[in-house]
Formats: sequence, C-alpha cells, structure tokens
Amino acid sequence: MPSNLIKEYYREDKLPHIWCPGCGNGIVTRSIVKAIDALGLDKNDVCIVSGIGCSSRASGYLDFNTLHTTHGRALAFATGIKMANPKLHVIVITGDGDCSAIGGNHLIHACRRNIDITTILYNNNIYGMTGGQYSPTTPTGDKGTTAPYGNVDPNFDLCELAHAAGASYVARGTAYGAIQLQKLIENGIKNKGFSLIEAITACPTYYGRKNKKGSAVNMMKTVKEGAVINKAWDKLNDEQREGKFTIGELYNESKPEYTEQYAKIIASFKKED
Amino acid sequence: MTIKLMQGNEACVEGALRAGMRFYAGYPITPSTEIAEISSIKLPKLGGKFIQMEDEISGMAATIGASLTGLKSMTATSGPGFSLKQENLGFAVIGEIPCVIVNVQRGGPSTGLPTAPAQGDIMQARWGTHGDHAIIALYPNSVREIYDTTIRAFNLAEKYRTPVILLLDEVIGHMREKIEIPEDSEVDIINRKKPTCPPEEYKAYELKEGDFVPEMAPFGAGYRYHVTGLVHDETGFPAGADKAEDLLNRLISKIEDNVDDICTYEEYMLEDADTAIVTFGCTSRSAKSAIKSLRKEGYKVGMFRPITIWPSPEKQLIELSKKVKRIVVVEMNAGQYFLEVDRISGKNTIVEKYGRLNGEIITPDEIISVIKEGHNA
Repeated sequence: MPSNLIKEYYREDKLPHIWCPGCGNGIVTRSIVKAIDALGLDKNDVCIVSGIGCSSRASGYLDFNTLHTTHGRALAFATGIKMANPKLHVIVITGDGDCSAIGGNHLIHACRRNIDITTILYNNNIYGMTGGQYSPTTPTGDKGTTAPYGNVDPNFDLCELAHAAGASYVARGTAYGAIQLQKLIENGIKNKGFSLIEAITACPTYYGRKNKKGSAVNMMKTVKEGAVINKAWDKLNDEQREGKFTIGELYNESKPEYTEQYAKIIASFKKED
Repeated sequence: MTIKLMQGNEACVEGALRAGMRFYAGYPITPSTEIAEISSIKLPKLGGKFIQMEDEISGMAATIGASLTGLKSMTATSGPGFSLKQENLGFAVIGEIPCVIVNVQRGGPSTGLPTAPAQGDIMQARWGTHGDHAIIALYPNSVREIYDTTIRAFNLAEKYRTPVILLLDEVIGHMREKIEIPEDSEVDIINRKKPTCPPEEYKAYELKEGDFVPEMAPFGAGYRYHVTGLVHDETGFPAGADKAEDLLNRLISKIEDNVDDICTYEEYMLEDADTAIVTFGCTSRSAKSAIKSLRKEGYKVGMFRPITIWPSPEKQLIELSKKVKRIVVVEMNAGQYFLEVDRISGKNTIVEKYGRLNGEIITPDEIISVIKEGHNA
C-alpha cells in the first residue's frame, strides 16, 4: 500500500525505481518531496531538473514538471528555466560526478550568480551508473574501477566550493538523518538565491564493495558516525576531524538574487514607457 | 516598410525579435558576438531575457530550458562553439524542443581562422550531434535575407518542434546593407501548438491524428510532464530499444516528409543553362556576378542556390542534373556540399567541386576561370 506521499507526489506507475538495494537515493528523494510538501508548494510551480547518473533518474519518478538532461548540464538547463520563468521553484537533482566533474563549471557559475535554484547533491563518492569509477569526491586512496591501486586525486569539499563561489545557502545532511535533511532542503528552497544541499548517501554496490565498507546497513552507520553537527565540529581539532564531516546549515547569507536583479533592468524600461 | 542600413548580425537579431524571440543565452565568440551584444541591449526592453552563460555548452542548455517554459529562444556561436553545442543540440532534437542556433562560420578545424570567412560547417550542421536524426539548416546570402530567414528559422522550429540551425557567413554577418524591413502584416509568425486537453489527459509526445508533431505545453502551465534525452514513448518516459525505431523514424520523417514545405532555394538563369553552379551564402553572390559576365560572353551558365541547405533540395537537384551537362559546386571548404550534390546528381551529370580554404572569399573572376576551364576541356 503506497503512502500518501507516493500517491501525491510520485508517478506511481514509474515505480519501482532502478536504484540498488541499500542505496540511499530513495531516502534523499523522499526528503526533497517531504520538503516540498511541508512548504505547501503547488506541484505545477515546481520544476525538477536532473543530469545523468543514478540520482538523476529521480526526476522521472516525481510528479512535477521534470527534465532529465545531459551529463553535468542540469544546472545550465535549470538556469534557462529559472531565468525564463522566475515564478517556478527550480530544484536540481545531481550526483557528485555530474555536479562537480563534468558539471563543475556550471556549479561555480550558478553559485556566483546566486540564481534562485535549489540544488540537491546526492554524494555517494562514486560513479554508480557507469560501474564504480572514482569521482571528484572519492576519498584519496580509496578504490574504484578506474582506481584499482587507490585513487591519487585529492577530493573536493563541495560545500566549501559552493560557498567560495558565491552560493547564499549551503548545507550538508545525510541519508541517515532524513528529517534534518528535509529541513535543510526546506530552508534551501525558501532561500531566495542559490542553495546547495549536499546529501551524503551510500553506494554499497560499487563504492562499498570496492572498498570493503561492509553491508548497506554498516555503510549507513558509517555515515551516521561520520556526521558531526557544525557547532560541535568547530570544537574538534584536526585529528578529531579525521574521517568525519560537518553537517547542518553551513552558510546562510542574504545576497542579491540574479533573476530579481534582471527584473529590475526590465522594469527600468517599463518606467520609461 | 522601413528602410535601414543594417549589419548582417544585427539583421539576425531584428528578425529574431520580429519572430518573437524573448530569450537568448550564449557565449561570446567571433564572428558572432554582435548577435549576443545586440540581443543584450534589445531583449530587456521587450520584457525578454538575455544571459551570458559560462560556456557554449551551457548557452545551448539554457536556450533549451527557456524554450521549455514557452519562450522562443535563440543562441548564436561560431566554429568551436558550434562543436561544443552539439550534444545539447541532439537533446533538443530528441526532446523536440524548438530553438534557433545561429552559427556565423569561421575557418577551422579547432581555433582555425577566427575572423576570416569559411563555409566549413556544412557537414557539422548536418551530422554534428551523434546518432541518426534529421535537421533543418538555413543559409541566407544577404542582410535582408538574414532578416527573413531568421524569422523563418523560428517559424520552422515552432512548426516542426525542432532545433533549427542558421548558417551565416562571416562576410555577410559583418557586412552592412540597406534593407527594407517589411510591415507586420507581411510577416507570418508561427507559434507552437499548445495542448487544449485537460492536463490529466495530456501525453507529452502523443501524435494527434493529422499532426506531425505533438502539442507542447510550457513548464509551469499545469501540464506536468517529463522531458528526457533518452529514447521515450508517447508519454515522454524512457522506453526500451523497441521504441527507438518508432521514435527516431518519426523524428526523421516529420522533416523528410515535409521537404516541400521546408526547402527554399533560388534558381538564377537556369532556363537554358548547360552549366550550373551550385553554391550558397556569400559565394552565391560572387557566382551571380560571374554568371552575368559569362552570359555576356555567350556561356550558358546559371545558378542553383539552396537556401534550406538541410534537408537537401533533392528533387530540384535531380531535375537540374537531368537538364545540364555540368554542375560545379562552389564553396569555401574542401568539398562538403559537393559530396551531397554528387550523391544526388552525380549519376546524371558531371559534378565538380571548386573550393578554397585560405579565409578569403571566392571571387567572380575565379569562378569565371573555373567555368571557362571546364568548358574548354
């Protein structure tokens, strides 16, 4: 018996989803839907845009205006949509590879513009759909199908990157802490500007198996244990921070929003008439 | 009718605005930059939007995104930028998203000759994106024709729910000519068909009887649907390989079955010609001048100029091949459109190519000697 949430916001006939057993993507997707529900947004005013990869398949399951784009380009398509129709709540679903490798340039520029798009970054530290290659967030030394001897690349902190690039709202949650994640997404949607909510999730099929991280349940426990709320994080020294990451609202500042600034230019011509 | 002195790139923007363009996203690249610059000045005055994106790829993506909200959208680029747009151009093809992509050509490959004219993107316009597909590409040869053809590009994009490529030559894009701007009443504007059914009955990619494209609802109008670059069925959702053939054949045939509506061309002094020059864009102007001189000397030469370069005006080229003894394809590349003309006309008549790659336009004198040489041979 599907829940009311599924009846109201999912395309029931498109389920079951393609995600592997133990994958956290379903939880993150549910948190997005719960956030939309809690905010009482009209489904017709919500536009979900995704790129390519496991997480990006979420758009097809959700009953909104949905767009499944090309690899890495979700934010670029979303920018066109938001700019053309600022009334829409534009939510981008993307993965760590999609968002920060092939789509890295679009990410930093969407942040810089502070355009009112809410981006939910499903971070499972691996390219899942193509079979477990290392991504820009795979921890250094960890293995992937293209890092058989351990990943040499240093990994990205995408929240820091987004903040440095100009995003006005940056937060990190986890698939374990689904209720907190929902709240962070709600705040991100409410923020008039670019919001990045990184959702730490787990890929037991590829990342977990390659790196001997144990069962899906075990991986979820690791996510839980690694997450430190930001107030506590500040009190930790470098050694204590090893293997852990900070969660919660990391940055929240008020800045001019892009489409509003452009609307002022349009309005200035109307006055002349 | 208003008479104005106008640059080709400017005429492109003016035509686009007349057609109803209200969104432009792009990335600056020579020799197309004036299209972005003028759009940035004019669009907000009309309540439209201009955005300079971070790269060519995002320029194409944002153009598609805006079109999905219902705005007529355009992007412009040149050489290397056109290459970068190709993946998302394919997305617009399979997703049936109307938009106009202007390519003011420059020499290539790679950075090539940034400020010099070339006609080397004929095949890239046709086959630049991956996979099997049909495409519409238009190729005007004067500032006035850029104005008209840009309007037509939008009309075809809306009518056939497809990206339309507008190929321009650098020399015409940057040239200034006196043009007559037609009255509103003289200009036909086509807008995409929107659904009239209730949202719950709407299938985003369902073909209604008698239609060749599905009705298109703008995002945000209450018709919640899914758009994907994957092979999809009439609901818009991903479908298996068994649907691929149906979908791709429909996308190809909506254009190929309507070639007579899509194809425009110019025939010049072909009535009694034994030799035909096939050419387009700026080279057609040299050809016309060459033909005038050659005619004075008694040579029976004429010109066939495709304005719609893709799909090919196959019927007309076959007819031509049966009429003339010799066709010379004149183009500023190493023989790209020659391949197409030879494929179509080669079995009936001699098809030759004449090209150049040094970033200089082909002059009437050159064409005159090419025609004379062949004539004497």
